[in-house]
Amino acid sequence: MAGINQIASGGALPDGIPEKIARAAYHVFWGAARVSSIAVLLIAWEWLARSGTFTPFQLPAFSRVLDRIWSDALSGDLALNTGLTLYRAMAGFLIAMVGGIVLGMAMSRLRLARWFFDPIISIGFPMPKIAFLPVVMLWLGVYDTSKITMIVFDVIFPVVAATVIAIQGVERELLWSARNMGANEREILWQIVLPAALPQIMTGLQVALPLSMIVAVVTEMLMGGYGLGGAMMTASRFANSTGVFAGIVEIAVIGYALVKAMALIRRRLLIWHQEANAPA
Amino acid sequence: MKQQIVTRYVPLLLLAIAWELASRLDLVSSTALPPLTDVIRAWIDLIKDGELITNGLASLYRAAAGLTLAIVLGAALGIFMAWWKPVNALFAPIVEIFYPLPKSALIPVTVIWLGFGDGSKILLIFLGCMLPVTLGAYNGARGSEQALVWSARSMGANQLRMMWDVVLPSALPELLNGIRTALALSFILLVSSELIVAQKGFGYLIGFLGANGNYDAMYAVVVTVAFLGFAADRGYLLITKRALAWRE
Repeated sequence: MAGINQIASGGALPDGIPEKIARAAYHVFWGAARVSSIAVLLIAWEWLARSGTFTPFQLPAFSRVLDRIWSDALSGDLALNTGLTLYRAMAGFLIAMVGGIVLGMAMSRLRLARWFFDPIISIGFPMPKIAFLPVVMLWLGVYDTSKITMIVFDVIFPVVAATVIAIQGVERELLWSARNMGANEREILWQIVLPAALPQIMTGLQVALPLSMIVAVVTEMLMGGYGLGGAMMTASRFANSTGVFAGIVEIAVIGYALVKAMALIRRRLLIWHQEANAPA
Repeated sequence: MKQQIVTRYVPLLLLAIAWELASRLDLVSSTALPPLTDVIRAWIDLIKDGELITNGLASLYRAAAGLTLAIVLGAALGIFMAWWKPVNALFAPIVEIFYPLPKSALIPVTVIWLGFGDGSKILLIFLGCMLPVTLGAYNGARGSEQALVWSARSMGANQLRMMWDVVLPSALPELLNGIRTALALSFILLVSSELIVAQKGFGYLIGFLGANGNYDAMYAVVVTVAFLGFAADRGYLLITKRALAWRE
């Protein structure tokens, strides 16, 4: 991609401008264009809301929404709700991560586990698990247990599927050479199979993480109580649309931070892998 | 071959038997888990009085409308982003910010904008499903081989022609993958939005039956929705294989 840009910009260069400066200017220009598009969006929001095209109920001004977030932050509601939502999403995500990787490993090692779980995973993965939410509510009530259970139930499938595919894809030669050099099964698992499978497992986890936030928010909306989803639902019942939009902004920021954090962790963990050197 | 398929699904049969026995033998309360046979009976009743079908059609209409919009506009946006840098500079940051947004957060907003009916669900599914399609189209189109683009250009293809004949086909595999993600998402969003506020649809029916303590029927609808989601995914995979047959 970078190469093509250079060709494109290089071709259009007027004579006499050093290539380095031209390239720097090119990056600054497009970088500024990126930042400004977010700014334009926010300004457009504010302007549309103030212009009276929409009622404040349909579209509260961005400044009012910020104001609301600020007052939530001061009263401690923001920290409480964010903390609870993050706690549920993270608890569900971590349980599903550990459980999913273990189950995936078991399925690739033990024939019996594979025979039993393979059809369940292949049918369960594409199912909309959220439909089971009333059933989970019936069994476990409306508190943290049922919310976290729902998240685990939803999020474990991509993790298991990624782990199974990842382990299948480990190169035979690696296993053979390790065995040849006298590694026992445990060493092979920890030193060969898991590191070699890590990139794909990470991909599965990167699917699972945003999903855990989606499910956390839905369960909170449906079961009520504290948490960002619950707060949005309360605001919506009282026709408090500023509160609803504040919820969206908060959830968007958290979702964005989580996804970025996950990408960072991936880079760190896979620093040895060739993908880390690839141009982003 | 046939025998293989049978042994493959034995575990599911075992689960079904375990379900039936657990509630018949009172290992779990039959309110929490009605016997499978009762659920099947309730399902047949629901089909007979037409409730499952009317609500199902309402749901499928919403999902189909939202998804179609998402695919058409999402794919167009993704390809334009890959093709023209200004479009990319304008939309890439917006896509990047909205992509990780847990889409369920949009449910109350779509209700504020369009009320409790079809419109708000279609808008939600459209908004929620568009970005995976856009991203798939973008990554696919960006990866189209420069050699193909250059040769098309040297053979005198204009921009539009090139987009249609070169960029779109080479973007197809990733685009179709993005649509698959969108398909799964559309079911999640459909059911959760209908569970929260609706006057018809699968989610409404589940909530209604559950609230009345009619758990056999509630289970029947839950299983139906889950199965539809599964069937949609499998059907889609079959179509994709057809569509990509030229690559082999």
